[in-house]
Amino acid sequence: MQDALLEVRNLTKIFPGIRALDEVQLTIRSGEVHALIGENGAGKSTLVKILTGVYFPNGGTLTLEGKEISFRNAIDAQNAGIVAIHQEASMFPELSVTENIFMGHHLRHPKTKKLDWKTMGEQTKALLSKMQLDIDPNTLVKNLSVAKRHMVEITKALSLDAKLVIMDEPTSALTKREVEDLFRIVRSLKEEGKAILFISHKFDEIFTICDYYTVFRDGKYIAEGKVSQSNEDSIINMMIGRSIDLLYPEHTPNIGEEILKVENLSQLGAFKNISFTLHKGEILGLFGLVGAGRSEVVRTIFGIDKASGGTMLLEGEPFASKDARQSMLKGIALVPEDRQKQGLVLKMSLTNNISLPVLKQLSFKGVVNLAKKEQEYVQKHGRRMEIKAAGYHVQAQTLSGGNQQKVVLAKWIGTDPKILILDEPTKGIDVATKAAVHQFMCTMAAKGVAIILISSELPEVLGMSDRILVMHEGYQTAILDRSEATAESVMRAAIATIDKEALDG
Amino acid sequence: MAEHMLPSFVRKALARRESTLIILLAVLLVPISIRSPQFLSASNINRILNDMAILSMVAIGEFFVILSNGIDLSVGSIIAFTGMATGMINESYPVVHPVLLLLVGMSIGAVMGLFNGVLVAYGKIPPIITTLGTVNIYRGLTFLLSKGTWVTAHEMSESYIGFPRTTFLSISLLLWISFVVIAVFYYFSKFTRTGREVYAIGGNPTAAKFVGVNENRVRVVVFLISGTLCGLAGALWTARYASAVNEMATGFEMQAVAACVLGGVNFSGGAGGIMGVVLGTLFLGVVTNALPVVYLSVFWQTFVQGLIILIALALNTISDQRKQTKLLAQRRG
Repeated sequence: MQDALLEVRNLTKIFPGIRALDEVQLTIRSGEVHALIGENGAGKSTLVKILTGVYFPNGGTLTLEGKEISFRNAIDAQNAGIVAIHQEASMFPELSVTENIFMGHHLRHPKTKKLDWKTMGEQTKALLSKMQLDIDPNTLVKNLSVAKRHMVEITKALSLDAKLVIMDEPTSALTKREVEDLFRIVRSLKEEGKAILFISHKFDEIFTICDYYTVFRDGKYIAEGKVSQSNEDSIINMMIGRSIDLLYPEHTPNIGEEILKVENLSQLGAFKNISFTLHKGEILGLFGLVGAGRSEVVRTIFGIDKASGGTMLLEGEPFASKDARQSMLKGIALVPEDRQKQGLVLKMSLTNNISLPVLKQLSFKGVVNLAKKEQEYVQKHGRRMEIKAAGYHVQAQTLSGGNQQKVVLAKWIGTDPKILILDEPTKGIDVATKAAVHQFMCTMAAKGVAIILISSELPEVLGMSDRILVMHEGYQTAILDRSEATAESVMRAAIATIDKEALDG
Repeated sequence: MAEHMLPSFVRKALARRESTLIILLAVLLVPISIRSPQFLSASNINRILNDMAILSMVAIGEFFVILSNGIDLSVGSIIAFTGMATGMINESYPVVHPVLLLLVGMSIGAVMGLFNGVLVAYGKIPPIITTLGTVNIYRGLTFLLSKGTWVTAHEMSESYIGFPRTTFLSISLLLWISFVVIAVFYYFSKFTRTGREVYAIGGNPTAAKFVGVNENRVRVVVFLISGTLCGLAGALWTARYASAVNEMATGFEMQAVAACVLGGVNFSGGAGGIMGVVLGTLFLGVVTNALPVVYLSVFWQTFVQGLIILIALALNTISDQRKQTKLLAQRRG
């Protein structure tokens, strides 16, 4: 085995209240394709951001070609030879391929000091033909397909003389043919002695293109090895095999009559043919990896996004919501995924945030009855969620993540929903609040509220749900009863290599 | 640091833009009144307040648009069109009561504001572009309406010209009207559902959408308010200055924006209050009126106004950043 190109040792990154990376390690050699595998939140993206100089680690070392390195910014990382091809292409759509490739390291004419577009154009042409890409250097990037933009980004990495190319979910928007093209280029990079860090959720791709793998779980290093000496089962076990560090509240399901029936619900480009029933007092888990389309499904049910097909029955009546207001009138509440961007108006007080969905009920002829009704209402629901704040007059942005989440929950339980949809309700909050949220869900379910729980944490989905619907890339791959749902069966459905054509039919 | 020695309620009060402005005003008034004792006389204060009454109404309209994360650049042109229209009506039909003229001005202004709002809400054209277009359209309409002519004092009725100057309890009707506007919209911003929704849309349109706030309706309402208040201002302007000229209120949008920014209204929406806007207007009035006292010609007026906007914006940004840093520190700690 040859010497390592990049060695990551004991790397730690701490965000407020959470250890995103806990003494992880990673070793990549030149000329290998190395898969970085883990669930959502395992710490993959954080590691990429440290390797590309976006985040600064709290501890640990990075060694590149035997020398210890530390990046102050993205340019440092680039100069050291580490280049990332981003999930969302970070390109300048209105500029040409050549201009994009040389952005940040333009060539100047040695005498006149003018930008030397002629040489840059020639070099671009040479690079593109070396990669056997049929792209005109003068095309504007906005006129290229997603796949070709990826290729241009890779070309840019080559022009920077990268030693390590990081590909974060590079195939998520590509067709099968384009993926094959990409793999051809990955192989030629490999032959040139470049190292590639390949991040993907798709096992078939990992087994096709990667030589080695490293598995992370909950910010910790779990294992590494040769892809050829392992199989799907063993890697899945490494991804999920965690100790349950949180006890879930006892929840004796009190499942009543059907309240919502969803049939073949689809949205072009997001998800297709989702069908399930939801009963009073039931907790339905919705699980899938990034890009599975879970949030899109509930946004569509709630009327934020439009469905392109399918039907819904709410309490036996046909139902198609036009907007959030209509859904709320029908007794549906959606606690969105991102509390800062979707859940709260950060500059507003807690009072004003909590009363926002029910202003109509709290006001008389358009005038909010501030003196009594609103205060009483806010106090009642705020106390129920045990919000810790200096007072309800403070701005929402002054609270910690956990307390912000409690404000969002208080805001929604006041609408007295029959169906409560929770999108990642415990993401990034402390353990105590997490337990409070779980307890809250059980209380609501016991009262007969139907709950849809989206979570990226497998133990949470397993611990809380009566049934689990699993999605993979916009398709429904399984609905599992509590009795048949295990970490393994759920994860298997979430990474399922599915026959899209059959499901599309 | 020194500010930590102050009791917390003093520090809290100091943190508010309103108190800063009051202190700043007081500080400014000391040297001015030393140089010119006349400045603080009842008659001069009355004059300054009357000068600022029209601006306060327009600034309040501008406030709601900025609060929703927009901007209304067409205020000056709406004032001109409505002022010209009421002036010409008065010229042709002197019997029409001034109060009716104000209502006509408000109705015309409302239609113009509605047009802005519909373009922004349903045409999805950014407010700055929409009103950059309508500022010219409405000014052009003013010229078309007047065919380039003016309405002068002797063509207007005594009752109309005298209307803003009529006093009640020794305060002019013009001032009374501005007090009513301030009171009504203070109440609107604090205690009505729609008022609350303007804050929500400006603060976070996505979160507002998730609770079913009708964004388009709010966007139309803020421009409707701005247009209506401009219409009122236009009708009063013509009477107060006893003439309607095509160029009236050119560049007035800058003063309205300046009053808001000075009053601590967040330029990206979602934060600010009516009292801040009123104090911002007052501050602008004192500075403008004090220029001759310190022997600066009125030609310096627009220069100083521009400077004030820049300084106020810079201060807003700096204090926002400091707040953010503090918040982060608190959360980590």
